[in-house]
Amino acid sequence: MLLTSSSFKRNVRRKLEDPSLQRNMKRFGGRFVEARAAVMTEVDNLEEIRVAAAAIRDRSLANLDSYLVEFEAQAQARGTQVHWAETAQDVNRILIEIARANGVRKIVKSKSMVSEESGLNDAVAAAGMEAIETDLGEYILQLAEEPPSHIIAPAIHKSVEEVAELFSEKHHTPRQTDIPALCREAREQLRPHFLSADMGISGGNFLIAETGSVVIVTNEGNGRMVTTLPRIHVAITGIEKVLPTLNDFSTVVRLLTRSATGQSITNYVSMLTGPRREGDPDGPEQSHIILVDSGRSRLLGTELQQALRCIRCGACMNHCPVYQNIGGHAYGWVYPGPIGAVLTPSYVGLENALDLPQASTLCGACQVVCPVKIPLPELMRVLREKSFSQGLRPWHERWSIMLWRTAASHPRLYAGLTRLAARLLRRLGGKDRLLHRLPGLDGWTEGRDMPAPSGQTFRELYRKRKA
Amino acid sequence: MSARDNILARVRKGLGLPGNIPGAESDKARAYMAQQARGPRPTYGWSDNVARFCERSEKLGSTVDRVASLAEVPQAVARYLQSKGLPTSAVAWPALQDMPWSAAGLEVQARAARGSDLVGITGAFCAVAETGTLMLLSGEDTPATVSLLPETHIALVDVTRIVPGMEEAWALMKAERGAPPRAVNFVSGPSRTADIEQTIVIGAHGPYRVHVVCYG
Ligand code: SF4
Repeated sequence: MLLTSSSFKRNVRRKLEDPSLQRNMKRFGGRFVEARAAVMTEVDNLEEIRVAAAAIRDRSLANLDSYLVEFEAQAQARGTQVHWAETAQDVNRILIEIARANGVRKIVKSKSMVSEESGLNDAVAAAGMEAIETDLGEYILQLAEEPPSHIIAPAIHKSVEEVAELFSEKHHTPRQTDIPALCREAREQLRPHFLSADMGISGGNFLIAETGSVVIVTNEGNGRMVTTLPRIHVAITGIEKVLPTLNDFSTVVRLLTRSATGQSITNYVSMLTGPRREGDPDGPEQSHIILVDSGRSRLLGTELQQALRCIRCGACMNHCPVYQNIGGHAYGWVYPGPIGAVLTPSYVGLENALDLPQASTLCGACQVVCPVKIPLPELMRVLREKSFSQGLRPWHERWSIMLWRTAASHPRLYAGLTRLAARLLRRLGGKDRLLHRLPGLDGWTEGRDMPAPSGQTFRELYRKRKA
Repeated sequence: MSARDNILARVRKGLGLPGNIPGAESDKARAYMAQQARGPRPTYGWSDNVARFCERSEKLGSTVDRVASLAEVPQAVARYLQSKGLPTSAVAWPALQDMPWSAAGLEVQARAARGSDLVGITGAFCAVAETGTLMLLSGEDTPATVSLLPETHIALVDVTRIVPGMEEAWALMKAERGAPPRAVNFVSGPSRTADIEQTIVIGAHGPYRVHVVCYG
């Protein structure tokens, strides 16, 4: 996927000024939040299960190499071909090799965020094959030639009118704005593709080490189609997605679906283990899995390792006041919201996504809802520190921080400067005691006024109070 | 070195483990898997698995019928199809082919499903009370397509095989089958999507209707 995170601020401005996006984001607002809150009341010991889920993910990561090797052995024993991809480009190369070796022409895909990392669809098209997205949201975006803006609801930024327009233009059908009718239209368009495709590509929510299986958690049924009907199935997923046992999966999935869409379980949870068995009347003849590193192993052993616990539920972005206002595209890469602000700089380089860790008020909502207790604000702070210590922040910011440090470590200087500032700001506040503009900080005062200080510093007031 | 070795070496380096390939720590990992530990679950309970299963199934948007024995199932299926004005010809798991379908006025073909089939009849390996979920295992006599391609999915559930949670379902699978089959599908109601304006629409790519007949 094209990386535009380095122009984050410009992206944000554009999104804030886009009236249709703003309307669509308002609608998005609280729905996932409310659905999650409602279904979580079923889980009376939520905290206990969250602690257990985080521990399960930590255990997987602490022995990641052992569980990966175990997964590989079990998967191979059941006939799955296991491939390892060091980079995103390797993913595309391996996939195209499998497709070429088997004379594949048409590919149907269910949702895979990892394949967005590598821009797989473009690579497949360049190799002369056709890849069709079948998740309704992804299908809409493929028609619109846009990237996803949310990890579980990829077309959240589109209104029904926009979808109606798109369908009637691309399908050459009469325009209809009834949502169920649009869903049926997509179903009818895609059904023949499921039945005629040579290859199905899916992501993988989890890999199960003890059985060598890949698990996908879905609602629409397209995930089942792409893993059942075509003669070849390829699952693409990150190396961090391994879980030791089926029981571990049971614990984690209770929180995943509730955190994601507010469902106590999704319509389908499918566990796939190898190709069709002898005598089976359906299922693929070949089963492949591509295990993707692409920056993940670099996080192990660092403070950022905790981000690899992520089970991609999307709750952190649903609850993020920044995401709620700017949508997912502004973040400029595959993963938006708080987890994206941590993963994008880690995977594509901090210098290419410098503003993402700053795109947070550090209100902490993401950490409170994360089912695997990832301390997202803390990790964003770690990245902020890194960008400062590596000299990546702009000079005026670095200078301001350095000046601040000098002042703050010299009490007298500090007292003098704050006294001066308090008096000055008091005067600038005028009669209504509000500052409408702060020189050099107009970004901050653009949307709000700052109350003027009383004219005295805290220390002066304190001294007076004591006396 | 292969990509595999490079990745494993990087993982081990990151984790501060010596060497390039898993050594003694693998025993620890294997010991953990052998332990088959179960995690905490919501503490709310229910007294009757069957009642809980039926209630949760309906909450998921499925319809539920209950009959006294397997012998009554074909009549119950016919009743359901007629009441909904649905076709009385169906595709069913080969495992169910000996049931007296035609006596109930149904025309049933036992095979994997095709794109044009409208009604699919399956059994279930077991069912999960906690969430109202069916557990289907693929196999020679239990093709996965029958619960997927038709617009209407009818599932027959033996009430003695309704277990409390997913953990018990896995345990049952391991006890009776050993290794998992090609596909284990947990099905919880008709397919759905909320990808347009977060509006929930029943019937995406999979079935529009799931009807559960509990027997026994
Ligand atoms: S960081 Fe946590 S809340 Fe965000 S997507 Fe990952 S698991 Fe969900």
